[in-house]
Order: sequence, then C-alpha cells, then structure tokens
Amino acid sequence: MYPNEQARACHRALRVGIVSGLLFLLMAALGGPHDPAMAQEPPTPGQGVSGQLVVGSDPVEGVTIEVAGTSGADVATVETDDEGAWSVPLTSPDTYEISIDVDTLPDGVALADPERDSLTLPVREGQNRIIIFQLTDGEGSAEDEEDGFDFIGLDFKRLASLTVDGVRFGIVIGVMAMGLSLIFGVTGLINFAHGELVTFGAIMAWLFNAGWFRFPLLIAALCALVLAAVLGGGLELGLVRPLRRRRTSNIALIVVTIGLSEFLRSFYQVTFGPLPKSYRDYAIQREADLGLFAVTPKTLGIIAIGALAILLVALVLQRTRLGTAMRAVADNKDLAAASGIDVQRVVLHVWILGTVLAALGGILLGVTQKVEYDMGFKALLLMFAAVVVGGLGTAYGPLLGALLLGIVTQVSTLWFPTEFKFVFALLALILMLVFRPQGILGRRERVG
Amino acid sequence: MTEVLNAIPTVPGVPKPDPILVVDGLHRAFGGLDAVAVEHLEVQRGCITSLIGPNGAGKTTFFNCLTGFDRPQGGTWSFDGKPLHGRFAYQIARRGLVRTFQLTKALARLTVTDNMLLAARDNPGERLYASLIPAIWRDTEARNRDRARELLDRFELSHMAGELAGTLSGGQRKLLEMARALMTDPSAILLDEPMAGVNPRLAQSLASHIQELRDNGLTVILIEHDMDVVMGISDWVVCMAEGRVISEGPPATVRADPAVIDAYLGARHAPQETSSRPDPGEPLGI
Amino acid sequence: MDAVNVLLDALRTSVGPQAIVFALAGVGLNLQFGYAGLLNFGQVAFMLAGAYGASMTVDAGGPLWLGIVLGMLAALVIAMLFGLPALRLRADYLAIVTISVGEIIRLVVRSSTFEPITNGVFGYRDFAGWFYDINPIPGGRYGFGGFTFSERRLWVIVVGWGLVAVASLLVFWLMRSPWGRVLEGVREDEDAVRSMGKNVFMYKLQALAIGGVMAAVAGSLRAMDTEAVRPDFFFTIITFTIYAAVILGGAGTILGPALGAMALWFVVSFSEGILRLGIDSGVVEFLSLEDLAAIRFMIVGLVLILLVVFRPQGLLGRREAGLIDD
Ligand SMILES: Nc1ncnc2c1ncn2[C@@H]1O[C@H](COP(=O)(O)OP(=O)(O)OP(=O)(O)O)[C@@H](O)[C@H]1O
Ligand SMILES: [Mg+2]
Repeated sequence: MYPNEQARACHRALRVGIVSGLLFLLMAALGGPHDPAMAQEPPTPGQGVSGQLVVGSDPVEGVTIEVAGTSGADVATVETDDEGAWSVPLTSPDTYEISIDVDTLPDGVALADPERDSLTLPVREGQNRIIIFQLTDGEGSAEDEEDGFDFIGLDFKRLASLTVDGVRFGIVIGVMAMGLSLIFGVTGLINFAHGELVTFGAIMAWLFNAGWFRFPLLIAALCALVLAAVLGGGLELGLVRPLRRRRTSNIALIVVTIGLSEFLRSFYQVTFGPLPKSYRDYAIQREADLGLFAVTPKTLGIIAIGALAILLVALVLQRTRLGTAMRAVADNKDLAAASGIDVQRVVLHVWILGTVLAALGGILLGVTQKVEYDMGFKALLLMFAAVVVGGLGTAYGPLLGALLLGIVTQVSTLWFPTEFKFVFALLALILMLVFRPQGILGRRERVG
Repeated sequence: MTEVLNAIPTVPGVPKPDPILVVDGLHRAFGGLDAVAVEHLEVQRGCITSLIGPNGAGKTTFFNCLTGFDRPQGGTWSFDGKPLHGRFAYQIARRGLVRTFQLTKALARLTVTDNMLLAARDNPGERLYASLIPAIWRDTEARNRDRARELLDRFELSHMAGELAGTLSGGQRKLLEMARALMTDPSAILLDEPMAGVNPRLAQSLASHIQELRDNGLTVILIEHDMDVVMGISDWVVCMAEGRVISEGPPATVRADPAVIDAYLGARHAPQETSSRPDPGEPLGI
Repeated sequence: MDAVNVLLDALRTSVGPQAIVFALAGVGLNLQFGYAGLLNFGQVAFMLAGAYGASMTVDAGGPLWLGIVLGMLAALVIAMLFGLPALRLRADYLAIVTISVGEIIRLVVRSSTFEPITNGVFGYRDFAGWFYDINPIPGGRYGFGGFTFSERRLWVIVVGWGLVAVASLLVFWLMRSPWGRVLEGVREDEDAVRSMGKNVFMYKLQALAIGGVMAAVAGSLRAMDTEAVRPDFFFTIITFTIYAAVILGGAGTILGPALGAMALWFVVSFSEGILRLGIDSGVVEFLSLEDLAAIRFMIVGLVLILLVVFRPQGLLGRREAGLIDD
C-alpha cells in the first residue's frame, strides 16, 4: 500500500516535528526563570530613576529635579548636566514622586503640559526607570502627540526629519515584508506567523544582549539571526513540508500559521513577559542636527544595515544559482521542477532566508521602539499593507511599498494624531486593492 | 447549414454569412509577450469551428478573454449581435456563451449530481429570499434533476451520480465538465481540449456527441490538439500562432496551408513544444 | 479548589455565556468559512459592531433592542467594507483585508480623537438593564449538585443557546436550498461557478453579511452578559479563537460550531483550572496566575495546529469531506 505508507511517513515526520518543536519551546521556557526581566536583570547596583531633558533636539542644562519616596525614604535633588541628563540611584524599591522645578527652566522653555510637573510611580527592585518630562520652546512643538490636530505650518526641517525617520521605518518594515513576500512568492503561502518570527529575532537578540548573556548588540544580533535560520528551516522541515506532502490545502495551511502565530505570541508573553524591554546599547541617543534635518545616529545605522541587507538579498536573487532557482520556482513551479531544479531545497532555503529577514527586521525595530512580545504581530499588518501596495509575491515590491508607507505614516503625524498613523497605512492597503489589486510591481494571475 | 461555408474565401478574418460571434482587434499581452492579437474573426452560427495552433499560441487566453475570465488590453467582441466586452464572466455565461476549462474544475466536494444541478440556469431557489421557501423552487429542481440524469446518461456518468466529484478520474472530470456546460443550456459552447486524457473509445463517442449538438443547432468552438478529431468533425478550422490568426478555412484547406505547417514546424524548436510533433514530410502528420 | 471543582467549573464554562458567544459567532463564521470558503479574519469587527451598537444606543438614551438592531445594520456596513475591496480577489486577499479593517475599526474606536463618540478606551458599562428586567425566571439558583446557575446567568444561557439554535437552523435551511449549493460551489472553485453564470461576488457578499450579522448579535449578547464594553476585548485573537472552535467542531457541518465552542471552552477552562491548582499548591513554579490569560491563547493556537495536522475534519466532519484538507 504505497500511498498509505507515504501518508504514514508524513504523519510520523509531522509528529516528530511538532513534538520536537514543543520540546524546544519547553526547554526555552524552563531554561530561563519565569520572568527574565526580573530574574535575569544583571546584578546592577540596585534601582534608580533617570532621564534626559531636551527641547527639540537641544539638551537643557541646569534644571533641578527632585525625587522623593512616598514612604519617606530617599530624598534627592539633582541638576541636569550639559547633555540634559540626570539620574538618581535609589536604595530601595518604593513608589517615588519625581518633580521638576519649573523655575529653573531656561527662559522661553516650558513644560509641554504645565500640569505634569510631577509624576508618581513605582520603582521595582533592580529597575531603572526612565522619566520623561516633555518640554517645549513655545513655538508649537510637535512633540505634542496627545492633542489631536496640530496644524503647524510647513516646518521643512521637521518634515525632512520625519521623512528620514519614515525611511528608517520603511526600510525596517521592508526587510521583514521582503521575507514575507519571498516565502509567499515561492511557496504560495501567506505566513500569518511571520510577525512572530520578527518578534523571535528581537527577543533572541535581547536574550543575548541583556538576558542570558551580555554580548554587544551586534554579536547578539548575529547569534539571533543564526537561531532564526534554524527556526525557519525547522518550521519548513518539521511542519509545513509534511503538511504539503499530504496535499493539505492552502487555506488549511494558513489556519496552521494562524495557530502558530497565536501560540508563539502567547508563549512570548508568558516567558519574555508582557512589558517592553530595551537593548543595553543604543537605548537613548541624542539627535544630531545635520542642518537639513535632525537625526539620531542609530537611525542612520538602521537605515544603513537595512539597506545593506536588502542589497545582499538582491545580489543573492540576481547573481547566485540559488537566487535564479528561487525566481524560477516563484515563476512556475512545475516548469522549474521539470528543468531539474530541486524545488524542495529551494523552498527550504526561502524559509530560512525569509525568517532571517524577519528576525533582522525585528532586531532593527527593537533598537528604536523596544522589544515587546507582540511587536511582530503589530508590524504584520503594516507588512501586509506594504506587500499589497508593492505587489504580493514580488521580491522588490514590498520594499517599495514599505518605504512609501513608512514615509506616509511618519509624515502624517505632522497633521494628524499619531494614533492614526497606522490607520493611514491600512487605508492605503485597501485603496490599492480596489484600484490596482496586483500592486505596483505585481501582475495578474492566470485562470483556466 | 454547414455547406454555406464552402463558398467562402479562406483568408484570415473573412466575414461569415451568419456570424454568432464577431471579434475585433482583441489584444492581450503579458509583459512584452503578445499572447493574443486577433484582428478580426467571425464564427458561423450552428457550426463546429476548431481552434488549433501549437502550444502557447494563445488559444486558452483567447477563450479567457472572450468569456470574461481575463481582461484584454483592447478589442471588442459581440455575441448574437450584443457587445460583450467589459462584461463580467457570469454575465457572458448567462448570455449563452459558455466555456469549459482546459484544467478541469470539478467541484470536488459536491456530488456529481449537485455539480450538474448547480449549472442549471434560472433556478429561483438560488436567490437568497426564495431559497428559504422550498415551494418556490421544488418543481424547477425536479425538472433539473431529470435533465441532469439525461445528460449524465449521455456522458456515461450515471453510475457516479451520487459520488463526490472529487473521486472522478481525470477523463471523467472532462466529461463532467462538458455535461455541466451543456446543463446551462448554452447557445454556443467553447470547449478547451475536451478530449485530452479521455480514452479513445469515449473520445470517439464524444466527437459524435459534439456533432449531434451541432445538428441540434448549438454552435461549438473547439480547441483540440488531436488532428484526427479536428479534421474529422470540424466544419471550419482556425489556426492561431503567436497570438494571431494565421489561417482559416475548411479542414482540408487549412491542413495544406503552408503558413500552418510553418507554424507547427517553427513551434517544434520552441521550448514549450512537447508532444504531437507533426512529421515534416506530411502536412500536420495526418 | 480541587479536581472535582475544576471539572464542574469547566463544564459550567462550556455551556456558559462565553461558549455561547463563540458558538453564535462561530455559526456565522461557519457559513462564511466552512460553506463559502471565505477566509474572514475580521469576525471580531462584527462582534464589536454588535456590542457598540447596543451600548452606544442605550448611552444615547435609546432602547436596548434598537441598539441590537443598529448593531446588526452596522454589521451589514462592515460586510460591504470587507467585501467591496476584496471579494473579487483571491481568497488570501480577503484574509488580509478583513484582518486590517478589523484592526482599523478597533484603533478608531479606541482613539482619543473619537472618544467623544465612542468613549475611547473606557467603553461603556451598565447598559443592559432592560435585558435583565424582562427576565421571566424567578430569582434563585437552578441546577443540581455543584452545577448551578443564578437566574440571571440562566436567562443569558437560555436566550443565548436559543439564538444559537435559531442561527444554526437558518444555516441548515439555507444550505439545503439551491442557494446553499451555489455557495458550496463557490468554496470549491469560484471560476467554475462563474462559468455557469452565477454572480459569485453576490453570493460571497451575502454569506459575509449573514455570518456578520450573527456575529454582531453574538457581540451584543456578550455586551449584555458582561455589561461592559471595551475596545480592547475585540482583538484579532478573538477571531482566531472562533476559528479554533469552528474547526474543532467541524467546519461545514451544521452543529460543528456549537459543539466546537463547547469543547474548546471545556478544554481551555479545564486546563486553566488544573494549572491554577498547580500554581496554588506550588507544584507549577514557573508560572504565575497572571500568565493564565496568555496560556489560554497558547492552548487555542495549539488546538488549531493540532487539528489541521491530525483531524482537519474536526469532531463532526466526515473524513472524505474533510473541509479544509484537499
Ligand atoms: N497569466 C499569465 N501570465 C503570463 N503569461 C501568460 C499568462 N497566461 C498565459 N500566458 C502566456 O501566454 C501565452 C499563450 O498561452 P495560452 O495558454 O493561451 O496558450 P494555448 O494556446 O492555450 O496553449 P496550449 O495548447 O498549450 O494549451 C503563453 O506563452 C503563456 O505562457
Ligand atoms: Mg490552452
């Protein structure tokens, strides 16, 4: 009974895949104490509060900050240094009241929200809380994100700065979306767990950088990428390939990726914890004023790394045998198989490549907006938007779409509340589907 | 009826005495490739017109455009005097221009009978509100059932009537596809390689079915690679190559047309060409 | 809490309001996904419409029943929003659009800009008085042994399962008509159905709308049960949980969604109870009680994967008609 034999082999492969996957996760969960944030925080000398006062991109020096414990412990007064920074070490965890002395602010500088001159918040053991007092120099600062429509005139410098940040964001989303689109292009499957692969990269890099080990972020990121490659290959070999062999329909496979997404995200929530955490490096940086626009060095770094990664992928796709094979399989699987291409191998490689790209995107995202268990899932919708706008299944369309959306979302904050910036991206997706469903670079598919 | 065609000159795009389908300037390109570029084509009512041409000539794409499954970049066409371009596929099918697919599309998890019943036209029970009141559609349904049984008999599928269509063999699917198209009561039927994969005896009987349909007044347009069949049953043959109509005429004329022979021989060196290579010594290897 | 209590609790949950809400939304999803093959990943947006329809209407001084009706109408609008961009395209585009539009709606509802209209992240409370006023069940506890409900809860349960029954019956009735046959044809191959002269888009839109209205009623019911509506309940993860329920019961079967919702909530509640026991007694050290909510969704995700791998036809489906397997 040959077909039965084969079905049983598939079943066995699947079961092995799932069980080993679960074991892997279980080990990861048990390997670390249940709250890495608390237990794995390096043995820093106790807890503290700190912050940096800036207006626009200029530090504000000589401002008095007062810290008082509500149960009477610790009272301290500090002044901000020439970088606007201040910090107060605390001897015990407690609830503290941190207030800023508005009289010591330089002329023309005021609190963005005059009511908010004092904050009361708990400081846990070993925690170093960053305290933010938002300042304005009276010229209608755009830091003001809470209060709706702020129709400042055309502030070119701000526009330019936001555009650069949009490029940064677009490249990061583009790197992830490229992975999503490559996997779709070659396998025909929309991987709804792609967001969790993004989070995987960010969390792994955090574990190497601040959790289990204290590697510099670059090394930690490389370790994370290697693990991501293993995960991507493992998913294809242990889960997707056996299912495909059993001729599981595409819709069922999508459901599997949904399940995987839900499972992994909740798993991260339990093991990594629900709170966002930053990498040890590059957490806070000052903006450098480059004349035309102001930008933090890490923004430029992220743009450079993202662009480099995209260039590498483009080289692989255009110049290597593997890349040619990938494009051939994406174009016509049967024809590719008939002309001697090992389709299985190509699919495995594209899963690895796609997962590595996702993980890299996650790390880059984590550098600017902290690492969080659902960061990838949130980014997934933006990736969809980018992929649809650029062209589903094309290699470079998503990048184009992501850059467009990145700039649009960031620049939209000039006129619209920040909370709507993703709404614009998703609206772009829908309009695109109505008017040009194949995307900017895509093409229509064949019927009959 | 079909004799009228004998008097017509055999040049591509020649007008027919009583055309049911008239195509003008139909153009479909994929990237830089002109898949279809038909300047003018008329199809005579009540005849079997065969569409031949090497693999990749654009025959299926031509069907797709005509039936609204693909949007050409340009061109107009009319069926029974009414323009069809810009219409949706389902509207074109309702006008009576019905097609089958080269890669069969059996509704796998419906029974063979349900596949047939689904194809019947004007069933009031298919409207949402009426569907809730069986009294409205029960009679139509019973009548359709009888017709489905008849057609399944004719296509030797009645023993499978209660089975899921997914269990049919490849050849049986071709038969079901054709039976289903007939169930819609079309006035013209476009068959995309109905005999590929059907065993020779059944193919023979399919050929005579098709002739019978023609004799009952149906217009048939047939894409077929089997030259025996094409030459045997066609009243008129149209040959496409690289998207263009390069020749049309009665079977014997087209068979001998040097342009046609060239197209097939040329295609011999193209990468898509896989099977049924004509012998260069004899036109089309017949 | 001992093991018996955990079991009783799980049983209570599996017939309780939570299971009912998922069963009702599941009957709608089953029409869309199980019968029409539509990958609707925005079912939770319909539920949001129902919940907010009810609570906002009462807040504005209208009667609750009107709010429920308005919620259903809003569901029709959402079906258009989902359908117009995506129903003409490949199946996976619908998934992308529904998941995105669902999220847009939630983001807009919770935004501070629209807070004057929607109450932002706070939502609404205490608006379902009318629903409990018309409860004909006299006060007291009903049931046997440890398996009892208050008259209030029993009222929700009776009304809820009644609605599930009506919805299931409607689907049954529709699916044995020629309309249902076309819908199943659309699931199998929409191009084939088009070639037979059916307006596939219309059928899909109708299925989306009917299923959406059912979800809206489920949303209203949940709002009335908890008497609290917050935008941050309506996460995409709820949609996926409904999927888990439908596939567990058997997609494309009439009773699948109801049975699936009961079974899923039993599994979830039982494993939660066991874990809670473990945490309380100190056997399970690596988890804390706060993790339980996340673990619930881990279980749901796992259920989805394992089902597709080992039993794609669910509890009730037939193997050869295994709906999500080829
Ligand atoms: N969706 C599409 N995208 C790109 N190219 C396409 C598409 N559909 C068809 N083509 C190309 O158009 C040309 C015509 O294809 P078509 O399927 O119409 O040929 P055909 O005459 O039916 O061939 P056969 O006899 O093998 O069925 C081919 O070169 C094919 O590769
Ligand atoms: Mg063809």
